[in-house]
Amino acid sequence: MKMGLKGKAMRSGLLATALATVMVAQASAEELRIGFITTLSTPAGYIGEDIRDAFMLAIGEDGKLGDTPVVLEVEDDGLKPANAKQSADRLVQSGVKLFTGVNFSNVLAAVQPTVMKSGGFYVSVNPGPSVFAGEKCNPNYFVASYQNDAFHEAAGLAANKLGYKKVVILAPNYQAGRDALNGFKRTYEGEVVEEIYTKLNQTDFSVELARIRSAGPDAIYQFHPGGAGINFAKQYDNAGLKDSVPMLVPAFSLDAQMVKATGDAADGVYASALWTTEFDNDASRDFVKRFEEAYGRTPTMYAEQAYDTANLIASALDAAGGNIDDADAFRAALAKADFEPIRDKYTFGPNQHPIQNYYLTRFEKNADGEIVQTVVERIAENHQDAYAKDCKMD
Amino acid sequence: MILFIEQVLNGLQYGAFLFLLASGLTLVFGIMGVINLTHGTFYMIGAYCGALTVASTGSFFMGLLAAMAGAGLYGLLVESTVVRWLYNRDHLYQVLATLGLILFTNEAVTLIVGRSPIFMNIPPFLEGSVTLFPGLAYPLMRLALIVVGLAVAFGLWLLVNHTRFGMLMRAGADDRQMVDALGVNMRRLYMSVFGLGAILCGLAGVMAAPLLAVEIAMGERILITTFVVIVIGGVGSIRGAFVGAMLVGMVDSLGRAYVPQIFTALLPYSVADTLAAGLVSASIYVLMALVLLVRPYGLFPARS
Repeated sequence: MKMGLKGKAMRSGLLATALATVMVAQASAEELRIGFITTLSTPAGYIGEDIRDAFMLAIGEDGKLGDTPVVLEVEDDGLKPANAKQSADRLVQSGVKLFTGVNFSNVLAAVQPTVMKSGGFYVSVNPGPSVFAGEKCNPNYFVASYQNDAFHEAAGLAANKLGYKKVVILAPNYQAGRDALNGFKRTYEGEVVEEIYTKLNQTDFSVELARIRSAGPDAIYQFHPGGAGINFAKQYDNAGLKDSVPMLVPAFSLDAQMVKATGDAADGVYASALWTTEFDNDASRDFVKRFEEAYGRTPTMYAEQAYDTANLIASALDAAGGNIDDADAFRAALAKADFEPIRDKYTFGPNQHPIQNYYLTRFEKNADGEIVQTVVERIAENHQDAYAKDCKMD
Repeated sequence: MILFIEQVLNGLQYGAFLFLLASGLTLVFGIMGVINLTHGTFYMIGAYCGALTVASTGSFFMGLLAAMAGAGLYGLLVESTVVRWLYNRDHLYQVLATLGLILFTNEAVTLIVGRSPIFMNIPPFLEGSVTLFPGLAYPLMRLALIVVGLAVAFGLWLLVNHTRFGMLMRAGADDRQMVDALGVNMRRLYMSVFGLGAILCGLAGVMAAPLLAVEIAMGERILITTFVVIVIGGVGSIRGAFVGAMLVGMVDSLGRAYVPQIFTALLPYSVADTLAAGLVSASIYVLMALVLLVRPYGLFPARS
């Protein structure tokens, strides 16, 4: 009796597998497979969720990007470059030619070369590390979001515009932190009275706050993504510094999800940004409404970028007739960026990174008493990154 | 001068916070001989229970109770389902099992609460800062942490040195079989020690939550520093944990405050900056190495 059941289960199992194989075979014949490697676990997993969900929103219920039916092959990298590389290798071997989704620079550094070597395409939804923006640019590598330094350069311009003469700048002691402060110093014209490097993964900033207080600057610029950024904002408020020394951050140091955890500590913080939920145009309002309806939460900037990336890919697929095997046609179509982004319209520079507008924004309470990121003014128009001139494509 | 005093207070506060975590860890490690990596997880559970309770009831004291109860109960659950079976095993088994529990707990909390960090207000009576003397205002919440840390240190000292429970604990650490043979229920004693450690983690969690982000895996980050503290202090000793925590707190705070200044005064900026940032990050490990050079078993080992 037992054996019989087992046999039955096995037979139906085999049947299911066979059916699944047939379905996959059919799928690969008609649908375009997109390798989507992103961070879904770890505390940063909410970013990957936003990126994936917004991308899915752009694909919609009919499963199409533009007129092309697509299948997302979602892989969780766990914020580990080695995991991501394995996923990329596996997907490349199974014939995937178009990749996107990665949300950390160090992970992208492992995925991008693998994809490029296979002759596939990579379109970045978030990071734009400097290594791939200059001499190591690649014809099949597009960044639909921003170049990493741009937010910090824009923040430097914002500090000029806000009239800050003396600032203290802080970032964790690792590559991205040092890049951030260098980017800020590239455009900031006032005096940097102190440059403080915190420990990576530091949770308590009491010592740095005391140093800021004794330095007495006009403002501070700090780059601390994730939990550290939440801690920093809360402790800054608690130490009573928020009311006397304004704080300026790049938008990823205080996103919509993080504000939920900082509460009022975010009120009054300035941020450089590409886009916020308060953007005054129909496409943006429509996107925010659809995202909230679909997922029941406020979209972050990461979601916006992923949505734009999906629509960029859709526009290129339509222009290339849904076929990326003709790489030249697909590449040329991507480079045109001929689609309507939710943020301001942008073009690609010679290194295939966006030339676009950046805004000064401020976290403040709206009529309902919720803290939102309002737009103060445009601070950089058609801003291009500093690495584009080093990129020679042939 | 005022800056220096403020940095010393910061060192004290960090030390007090580390002591809340290190005291439990050192008891479990020193008395029961168990390497318990889930210790940081109890801290996370405490912070979550505290923050969620405060969010729904609005009362900090309810949050305090919930944090200590939540962490304590989870500690007892872990002890009775996993750790209890590993007392006589090699440390490697304990490390593997408790590492697995970390991953399990993180995923379980993610499923229940979600991945976004959550928010806890500073209780109204601890908001703002007090002026200790003209020119130095120190946040009340941080002062409260110092007070709680000192109170717990005093309480534990009483418990270990002046109660029957403490006497049995010390005796059990030296010779479990002998104490068992005298008719003392060692299983219950171990459970109490383990639960006490977890409750202290919960207390640390709820005290830190208003200042920090309550998020998944917050415990793992602090766990390594906590191990550094008990290695410096000497495994199994409350006094060692206290001295170790204060030393680490001070070295970390004063290092972060003054090492960059000293280096930039002595060396060209480009060299000093990198060197200082590196040394600051490594300062507590350097301290640990120095202490172990002089006293290989830590400053106050429980059994010397």
